[in-house]
Amino acid sequence: MEIPNSFLGYKRENGRAGTRNHVIILPVDDISNACAEAVANNIKGTIALPHSYGRLQFGADLELHFRTMIGTGKNPNVAAVIVVGIEPKWTKRIVDAIATTGKPVEGFSIEGVGDIDTIAKVSKKAQEFSMWASEKQREECPMSDLWISVKCGESDTTSGLASNPTVGNLMDKLEPLGVHLCFGETSELTGAEIVCEKRGKTPEAQAKFKKTWNDYNDFILKEATDDLSESQPTAGNIAGGLTTIEEKAFGNFQKIGGCQFIDVLEPAEEPTKGAGLYFMDTSSAAAECVTLQAAGGFNIHLFPTGQGNIIGNPIEPVIKLTANPLTAKTMSEHIDVDVSKILSREMNLSQAGDELIKSTLRVANGRLTCAESLGHKEFVMTKLYRSA
Amino acid sequence: MSNTDIIIHDEKDNVGVVVIEKINPKQDCNCWIMENDKSVSIQSKDEIPLGHKIAMVDLNEGDTIMKYGHDIGEVVKNIKKGEHVHVHNVKTKKW
Repeated sequence: MEIPNSFLGYKRENGRAGTRNHVIILPVDDISNACAEAVANNIKGTIALPHSYGRLQFGADLELHFRTMIGTGKNPNVAAVIVVGIEPKWTKRIVDAIATTGKPVEGFSIEGVGDIDTIAKVSKKAQEFSMWASEKQREECPMSDLWISVKCGESDTTSGLASNPTVGNLMDKLEPLGVHLCFGETSELTGAEIVCEKRGKTPEAQAKFKKTWNDYNDFILKEATDDLSESQPTAGNIAGGLTTIEEKAFGNFQKIGGCQFIDVLEPAEEPTKGAGLYFMDTSSAAAECVTLQAAGGFNIHLFPTGQGNIIGNPIEPVIKLTANPLTAKTMSEHIDVDVSKILSREMNLSQAGDELIKSTLRVANGRLTCAESLGHKEFVMTKLYRSA
Repeated sequence: MSNTDIIIHDEKDNVGVVVIEKINPKQDCNCWIMENDKSVSIQSKDEIPLGHKIAMVDLNEGDTIMKYGHDIGEVVKNIKKGEHVHVHNVKTKKW
């Protein structure tokens, strides 16, 4: 198949392009959720991103909170942002960082004003942003404006046999076109960590991966009461035939095809070394991982599943594929791309990769994913440790 | 091409994955090795559902299970060729 060289996206002020055109109401902290949700209810064309944290965090955990908030606002799938927090200082820090993209952004704080007057003020601004964004048109953008993140979930052996290798085939075909790519899931590379380390393109990238994985493993050994057998593999994984974390890891690893990663990113960190594949240090919990990748600036997500994970994200469209013929049948409303014919050998990997590229472009051009049409908007902050 | 019942990733693997809804005890199965496109056959001993593994050879306690051409765990209970391989007879080496 000849791969198209463009898609229709929303060009942003900083030169990036979005596959979506969201106006978001971003609460800085848990207690500002009510205000943000009230505004999103008032003003059509806006979405609130409620979450559970943002108070009394400190150190690396607080930095990650800011990085996730700021990165979410900066994502090119977002046309304009309103930030609402209880206090002005942290609110302003987030607003100022998002403003570097040149997109419209405004902050409001609730203390000394109260919810009701804040909701009124924010609603007025939100209406202005929503009506402004509604006039944005899709334009032709080069394929290199696609930033694709990947993460698998509710994996089974069909993931490692077919749906993950399909994603790997797409990566092999799109990497030469200058696309940014990102995989994560530090914990689920356990067992394949040495093979994965060798996929680093430079000694620096390899060393950085090794340190990241070792730090994670040290943390697990310190925190685990006995072992991780209760959570890795999950009950769903085991029902699907996966026996050990090593087996899961080698299946997981198929998602990057033959690509080498050029750098290792902190959670929610934006890549700065140009096009190519990046590894991001993330949890393997689906919503946490995709939230971090979206905050890193990725604008479209590929999610292979075996037993049928149903996750979505509020700003980054999540495309699901499965090779499990039972899942494709029993959970069809969640599956965007069915590659189960690989298992019956009616379709080869390259054909499946082509199908996935076509579906990715349709979604990039505006087609709703199954998760979007079903209203899945899981926005989950990663927390490193308890608050002060 | 005959129907494929079991897929094996790599020639070095000692397990295969069932890719039809299930296989029954004493079923003669066609296996396809992805890496070199070869075919082999095996008779199952157990009922094994879609996605679950079958032993391609006799395996003893302490042996290593190979899949994708890599070590994915240790045999903790002897397994006969054609039997179901899963959490009841294999354990991770990681924890």
